Amino acid sequence: MTELQRLRNAFRTSLDLAPDAPVDDLQYQDNAQWDSLAHMSLVAAIEDEFDIMIDTDDVINMSSFAEAVRILGKYGVTFDE
Amino acid sequence: MSVFTLPQAAKEASLVKELSDLVAHHRAACAPYRNILAAAGTPDTFDQVADLPWLPVRLFKNLELKSIPDDEVFKVLTSSGTTGEVSRIYLDKAAAATQTRQLGATVQTVLGPKRLPMLLVDTKSLLKDRRSFSARGAGVLGMATFGRDHVWALDADGKPDVEAIRGFLAAHGDAPFLIFGFTYLVWLHLYEVAREHGLDLGNGILIHSGGWKKLVDQAVDPDEFRRRLSADTGLRNVHNFYGMVEQIGTIFLEGPSGGSLYCPDFADVVVRDPETWAELPPGKPGLLEVVSTLPTSYPGHVLLTEDLGVVHGVDDGDWPGKRFSVLGRLPRAEARGCSDTYQKAA
Repeated sequence: MTELQRLRNAFRTSLDLAPDAPVDDLQYQDNAQWDSLAHMSLVAAIEDEFDIMIDTDDVINMSSFAEAVRILGKYGVTFDE
Repeated sequence: MSVFTLPQAAKEASLVKELSDLVAHHRAACAPYRNILAAAGTPDTFDQVADLPWLPVRLFKNLELKSIPDDEVFKVLTSSGTTGEVSRIYLDKAAAATQTRQLGATVQTVLGPKRLPMLLVDTKSLLKDRRSFSARGAGVLGMATFGRDHVWALDADGKPDVEAIRGFLAAHGDAPFLIFGFTYLVWLHLYEVAREHGLDLGNGILIHSGGWKKLVDQAVDPDEFRRRLSADTGLRNVHNFYGMVEQIGTIFLEGPSGGSLYCPDFADVVVRDPETWAELPPGKPGLLEVVSTLPTSYPGHVLLTEDLGVVHGVDDGDWPGKRFSVLGRLPRAEARGCSDTYQKAA
């Protein structure tokens, strides 16, 4: 599984989305699933999946799927596809 | 990066400019605000922060005060109130993002940039209905962003969950961890339990809020709270804070040595004589006014609270600027506070 697929799955699982739901264009709080409570689960799921610890500022700034990709780059996760 | 950096003169200069701009912005964008200022004959320019026109905080219960069009309202926050009246605070996306970021910057002053394991002195059932949190639930959730590996210290009935607290301390107690909760819950359900069971909270950093009223019976004041937490549980890093939903994102945080609240760079307090409204000097208690540059989507940038407070000193404490205490509610004001929902629920 590619890094991008792992990240997509972390989003789908923690936001209660279908296994094939499109997530690449998701924005924080644009849909009912990604609220502040789900944001905590999402951060925990990403941390578990990639075995990293995300700083407070990055949790606050993780406002879209695209932003999550960018932020994870800081933690050494690279997305080649 | 700290948000407690500006000496009072520099802060005053930056705030009077930014807040004057906000007065103009809200005048243009919020008709009720414009009308109130017109009726009071408010001028267009202001020489100092204390000259800025204030709104009584209670007004947010009676009027719809917002400076954004309906279709840009992203979140409506409500405060709890014991008479059923609630404040309504309207945020657009930008204001919502700013308040989270500035609250984050404020607490990172004492927590650092890493999210710490977090013991929440509250009950998970607070977040049962995720579409409609109480003000207390929203406060807990807002702070939970700054922690990780969250453990709730109270069970579904609001009773201390000693095994959960023990489990948390076994896993995380030997390195810095975050404790968050309302002051009286921390006292009744964490302090007492830790003392009774000999639990070591020595690596904890406690952030708490909600007022001391409920602890009057126990004869616990801020000094006693710190002294006994330190003596009986080892918990020495203790930070009280003061804030309100009507100025969401702005909190006044107790400094490391205790006894005083400090204002972040984007906020300040003015203590006023409740008879003449004149600004009072340090040492004289009066009615507390809070100012902040964060409210852009509603005119909450200069608010007269219903709380009594006193400035202890200026540029003479742990951090620069004014340091102050909240002395309690103005007599006869409506009893109001987020923590009150707990008692009704319990």
